[in-house]
Amino acid sequence: MSGLPSPIGSALVTDLPGPVHHDDDSAPHRQRRIGQRPAVRRSLIGLAAFVGAGFLLLPVVVIFVEALRLGLGPYFEAISESATRHAIWLTVLTAIVVVPVNIGFGICAAWAITRFTFKGKKLLITLIEIPFSISPIVAGVAYLFLYGSQGLLGPLLAAYEVQVMFTVPAIFLVSLFVTSPFVARELIATMQVQGNDYEEAALSLGASGWKTFLLVTLPGMKWGLLYGALLCNARVMGEFGAVSVVSGSIRGQTNTLPLQIELLFNDFSSVGAFAAATILTLLALLSLAGKIWLERQR
Amino acid sequence: MAVTTATPPRHHRRRRVIPGFGLTLGITLAYLAIIVLAPVLALALKAASLTAAEYWAVVSSPRAVATYKITVGSALIATLVNAVIGLLLAWVLVNYDFPGRRFLDALVDLPFALPTAVAGISLTALLGPNGWIGQWVEPLGWKIAYAQPGIVIAMAFTSLPFVVRTIQPVLEEMEPEAEEAGLMLGASDGQVFRRVIFPTILPAFIAGSALAFARSLGEFGAVIFIAGNLPMETEITALLTVIRLEEFEYPAAAALASVMLLAAFVMLFVTNAIQLWHLKYVRGD
Amino acid sequence: MTLRNLARAGLGFLLLTGLLAGGVHARADEVAAAAPGDILNVSYDVGRELFAEINPVFQAKWKAEKGADVTINQSHGGTSKQARSILEGLQADVVTFNQVTDVQLLHDKGQLIPADWQAKFPNKSSPFYSLPSFLVRAGNPKNIKDWDDLARDDVKVIFPNPKTSGNARYTYLAATAFALDKFGGDQAKATEFVKKIFANVPVFDAGGRAATTTFVERGIGDVLVTFEAEVQGARKEFGADKYDAVTPSLSLLAEFPVAVVESVAAKRGSQDVSTAYLNFLYTPEAQEIIARHAYRATDGTVAKAHAADFPAVKLVTAEDVFGGWEKIAKEHFASGGLLDQAFVNQ
Repeated sequence: MSGLPSPIGSALVTDLPGPVHHDDDSAPHRQRRIGQRPAVRRSLIGLAAFVGAGFLLLPVVVIFVEALRLGLGPYFEAISESATRHAIWLTVLTAIVVVPVNIGFGICAAWAITRFTFKGKKLLITLIEIPFSISPIVAGVAYLFLYGSQGLLGPLLAAYEVQVMFTVPAIFLVSLFVTSPFVARELIATMQVQGNDYEEAALSLGASGWKTFLLVTLPGMKWGLLYGALLCNARVMGEFGAVSVVSGSIRGQTNTLPLQIELLFNDFSSVGAFAAATILTLLALLSLAGKIWLERQR
Repeated sequence: MAVTTATPPRHHRRRRVIPGFGLTLGITLAYLAIIVLAPVLALALKAASLTAAEYWAVVSSPRAVATYKITVGSALIATLVNAVIGLLLAWVLVNYDFPGRRFLDALVDLPFALPTAVAGISLTALLGPNGWIGQWVEPLGWKIAYAQPGIVIAMAFTSLPFVVRTIQPVLEEMEPEAEEAGLMLGASDGQVFRRVIFPTILPAFIAGSALAFARSLGEFGAVIFIAGNLPMETEITALLTVIRLEEFEYPAAAALASVMLLAAFVMLFVTNAIQLWHLKYVRGD
Repeated sequence: MTLRNLARAGLGFLLLTGLLAGGVHARADEVAAAAPGDILNVSYDVGRELFAEINPVFQAKWKAEKGADVTINQSHGGTSKQARSILEGLQADVVTFNQVTDVQLLHDKGQLIPADWQAKFPNKSSPFYSLPSFLVRAGNPKNIKDWDDLARDDVKVIFPNPKTSGNARYTYLAATAFALDKFGGDQAKATEFVKKIFANVPVFDAGGRAATTTFVERGIGDVLVTFEAEVQGARKEFGADKYDAVTPSLSLLAEFPVAVVESVAAKRGSQDVSTAYLNFLYTPEAQEIIARHAYRATDGTVAKAHAADFPAVKLVTAEDVFGGWEKIAKEHFASGGLLDQAFVNQ
């Protein structure tokens, strides 16, 4: 399907005919005969435009207006505050750690699933999609019961003085959980379409497996890979629920940008909260632009 | 990653020419076990540490039941709203050419890209008693923010793209013959839509709505800012779980989380079944 | 799957586990080895503005005296929630709470601080104090004067969750003290009285600040019960013309106990700076800031200078009315205790 993937699964993603991408440059591909009377047409377009402006665009506009309510000076003061700066850095760091790991996982999963037949494949695909369907809060709580002092591994970790909960690695771990399906899902769809004829040809000509992967598979799946990484990145940077359970919200230490927004909101600092929100919004708009660009490339 | 350790391919193997099966499957399984399954298992074990009676007392307490009603009820209304708006947007984007069509198409993905906490504070700024929209509707006696309509709007906002993006491709791929035949037989536009077009997109419509519903059930970030979080009135299950956690009532938090986990699995099963049906339909099997 | 493939799968598994575990471990080592260029002060919810002003002054002083930079990181939240986070492993060097029982929890449940922690700093380790007080909407439209009024049917009261917030537990204790005084020490009647107040609370937030937000930003409730300092802080922030402060006839002295979390400080080598930081709170310099934030200072000179800012009130102590914190913990706050009996909205 075009657009971002569903957070819940088509466990049958391998059965999909691959992503359908409509060509954005063309006009609607075919004039449908019904619904073309000017009155119907105009009112439907008007309604859609109203929904788009009022329901989708307005929330973005309000963020910037609220952030700049007191002018540019207070705005830049708010985003250069040290705790907010640290939150920006931590959010970026989390993405830097999490996205590559999930790319690695995605490649492995897609390789195993699309290049081989084995028993339990459908179950494996469902397992990969589980994090999509679980509420972020449940994910956070689950990690607490694994690594917390009352949790499964808590006592063992405490014996070795390893602290996981309320640290930056805990934020990495829940982010890995929440975003693990994004790259895998895109790659499975892409590599399914790609097929393995070229790889088999390369291998039979004596290329090594690694070389075949680099020179044959990777170029073919490059756009799918970037697309999945983009979606994964957008979600990592914006994750709130799961991170809020495991982070401990220490200013300047374990506060990511979405948590910092909540904190500033509770500090009566409306401009600060909205200023921090503008940064995430700009990142979201960047993701959207990247997505449109990637769809053109494919 | 560890792919460098892949051994050279073995051509004498008949069944598998392509190398890396053990390695990639091993890494996949290990990663899933550590990152996904271990925490889910830990949660299940914690919930299982309660006796049946204790578990039941937690998950059936009046306050917990109220959160289920609010969460499921709001998600249902949000899904209905999205079904209508989503169908409208998909129809307009596919069938009409107008200035700004591509911009509107891009806008549809915005709720996916926008972090939920950002959506939460921005909707609150719009709909709160002093907000841009709230200050005009409040005097009319409509309370949106800090009441159930606020929850519904937050859920609808975050899950709108599902419906649009599932219907859109089906509407695009639809062959014109059937509707033209209908028109030639003298049917009105409305009749053709009802009898020909709607039945064709129905599976996609239901699949998209199911996805939107599932997402709404689990939504947290956008909802808590705008919900008001009054126990028995505007408290969602996810929030009650967090409150129990903060009260150090770990077993109770685990029990509530397990209910949400179970609901997620049921929805995963349902959406998969619907999508299977939908795909069959798309291919015309 | 062939044996060879199984072996490879195992190899992949081990490699990944090793990577993850190594990463986590390396991070833990790094934390342990870091020079204490920063300490973490885990604090109560509504102390944000106070410590934001105190910390830079201490940092400058520490720099002048020792020539070293130190950063004080803050974490704010309901103190019971904070205490539990520390027991879960939150690496707090010092705690600045608003309730003795929550600090005591760190000793009782985790042995993180010594049993005699109250003897480590002056005034039973409590550098300042406050009391539960009322914030009402401008002109006091519901005519709320005292604790009685909170039990009226037509009044909606806002204060945080007594299960997570020390602030709310002072409110509970102060209301109980008032009722015991009124009903001649009849605990059953007092519980009934407090129960009525609890029934008037539409929402229990996790911490004092969230309760203030509920009252001020969401416009819910007729009266907010919180520390006098927060009452004045909210009026300063949102306009003294929009909210009035009401001091009840009787209230409970709310101590703000502090402690160095010895186990963490020892591990991180931060005992010196942590102790100096808490001692700094007792200096006239810090007490002046504390008084300006509407907390009542323990330093005699500062208290006298600000006496006019604080209305007279009959203040009772936990010892006077309830026989001390240990008894309170056992009779009131323990699971199934008097608080649970009154706090039925579970």
